[in-house]
Amino acid sequence: MSKIQEKVQRPLSPHLQVYKLPLTALMSISHRVTGAALSIGTILVTAFFIAAASGEAEYNFVMGLATSTLGTIILFLWSFALYFHMCNGIRHMFWDIGKNFDKAGANRSNYYVIAGALALTALTWIAACGCFHSL
Amino acid sequence: MAHQKDNYAAPLKHAKGLGSAHEGVDHWMKQKITALANIPLIIWLIWSIVSLKGASYDQFTGWLAQPINAILMILLVISVMIHAKLGAQVIVEDYISSKPIRTIKLIAHKILFFGMAVAMIFCILKIAFTAGV
Repeated sequence: MSKIQEKVQRPLSPHLQVYKLPLTALMSISHRVTGAALSIGTILVTAFFIAAASGEAEYNFVMGLATSTLGTIILFLWSFALYFHMCNGIRHMFWDIGKNFDKAGANRSNYYVIAGALALTALTWIAACGCFHSL
Repeated sequence: MAHQKDNYAAPLKHAKGLGSAHEGVDHWMKQKITALANIPLIIWLIWSIVSLKGASYDQFTGWLAQPINAILMILLVISVMIHAKLGAQVIVEDYISSKPIRTIKLIAHKILFFGMAVAMIFCILKIAFTAGV
């Protein structure tokens, strides 16, 4: 039994690129991407709090950045990423209790998540633009 | 006692129930509990940001100095940063195959998220205790 065994050539599983990415897979990776983006975003939130705690001039400086065009775009993307991650996270909780945890249910709930995230983002920005006050 | 005949694992293994990852459902549970806590806290945060739009320094610090706002903000920081740390940990564990680099990244993440959480909590408390003074 002292014979050295040759390395077994096992087949490798096909690479990700050979698959057509269905919407469920895109939603799954988007959950991870938005989660990573939101984690990186906490650096900006920390910077905001440090500035606000430093004094009025620093607060005004970061508020100027936040309300600039670039700042507004970042805040808009941030709000959508947050709502997407939240809606898809709620779907994960339903999956945890076995709800919609089949192919048809997963395909259907894709659209609930997208619709929920878009609706909440729209609602937030309509409110932020003060459109409710003029009603 | 079937398990004593079949293998060398002590009954303690089953009593602890930690499985092959040595941490049981700890990570998953914390991820889910913080996720649940994040839902109302994040909705409160976004609602607050929208209502505070264009707030002056005095308005903002005065708002954060109200106990309910300071308390909710600190709870939000704790819950979000634990959730972010756990999520970032999974991403590192999935994509970084080199053991030494993975360990360094995991430690760096822990320090980063913990450090940011401490910084934010300190800033919140400082504003809350000094606003209007």
